[in-house]
Amino acid sequence: MGSLPFFLPFAELEVGQHLYWQIGNLRIHGQVFMTSWIVIGALLALVVVGTKKMERDPRGVQNLLEFLWDYIRDLARTQIGEKVYRDWMPFIGTLFLFIFVSNWGGALVPWRLIHLPSGELGAPTADINTTVALALLVSLSYFYAGLSNKGLRYFEYYVHPTPIMLPFKIVEDFTKPLSLSFRLFGNILADELVVAVLVFLVPLVLPVPVMFLGLFTSAIQALIFATLAAYYIGEAVEEHH
Amino acid sequence: MTSLLLFGTSEGGLFDFDATLPLMAVQVVLLTFVLNTLFFKPVGKVVEEREGYVTTSRAKAKEKLSQAQRLEADLKDQLKEARQAAQKVIIEAEQDSEKLYREALALATTEANASREAARREIDSQKEMAMNQLQKDADQLGDLIVERLLAAK
Repeated sequence: MGSLPFFLPFAELEVGQHLYWQIGNLRIHGQVFMTSWIVIGALLALVVVGTKKMERDPRGVQNLLEFLWDYIRDLARTQIGEKVYRDWMPFIGTLFLFIFVSNWGGALVPWRLIHLPSGELGAPTADINTTVALALLVSLSYFYAGLSNKGLRYFEYYVHPTPIMLPFKIVEDFTKPLSLSFRLFGNILADELVVAVLVFLVPLVLPVPVMFLGLFTSAIQALIFATLAAYYIGEAVEEHH
Repeated sequence: MTSLLLFGTSEGGLFDFDATLPLMAVQVVLLTFVLNTLFFKPVGKVVEEREGYVTTSRAKAKEKLSQAQRLEADLKDQLKEARQAAQKVIIEAEQDSEKLYREALALATTEANASREAARREIDSQKEMAMNQLQKDADQLGDLIVERLLAAK
């Protein structure tokens, strides 16, 4: 499926092809890193411009940054709780911003105009490596949050409210990262594929509503990922009585 | 062919895990720390400072309001007292003037009575004098008539 049998000059579908970079004996997906650097660069540029001259009466980009900060604080505070949300706010916020900008970047920037020798540019979150990396970070952080807040008493959570829950809770530790990563990966990849297929079949007008739907999905997925990450951390630090 | 590509062959595929995964994780962790320094801390500081400023301003305004209300109540009390004092002064003045009026009236009445009494007494004595005189005159006249009559006889 690298290129469909009837090749057209304006659109081409490539699935599962990557631009490999070799670093020592490690192989990495170059196109994912290229777009992720652009995403990170855009984020850093926004943040640097917005915090350059901060005032008590906010102006310009500072308003946007404060809105984002407030949004992330509310998200973290409602899910994690008043006591420790401050420690986890940067992590939750980074997840949200990185995923959101990646998704919207993938949906809005016409990456396909840039030709690569192999594979094509797109949202970094449409690559399973990225989403699994993010999901594993979430797993690590909720374990860390639970252990650092409650010590070994964290494992009481596994037999709460009854020891019957133990196998389910253990299974949950595997299903959490699995569902987190596959939900994000599936949604973003499916969106890109649907848009690509529609552009391939009907290049005019028809893909536009699907693109808007894609923007919506992208934003929702970023919110879901960040909310669930915060919820898992909140669940780990919650005190049972 | 498609399924082979989807589930990974020696080269490529949708589920092609490699060093991208750990490197991306490291990248995101680094991004977290960078954003914490560049974004979350400074913006949080500004927002929380503003929240503190708003809270203290509100508290100050509330304090001022209660002070103003206290002052208002104080002044109202003073006003009430002043009104009461004024009312008392007016009543006293009215009573004073009433008393003066009554005194003057009583004095005038007694004086008038006295002068009337005096006048009456004067009239009475004069009337009596006149009656006496009349009586005397009548007696003389009577005597004279009697004399004349006797003389004529």
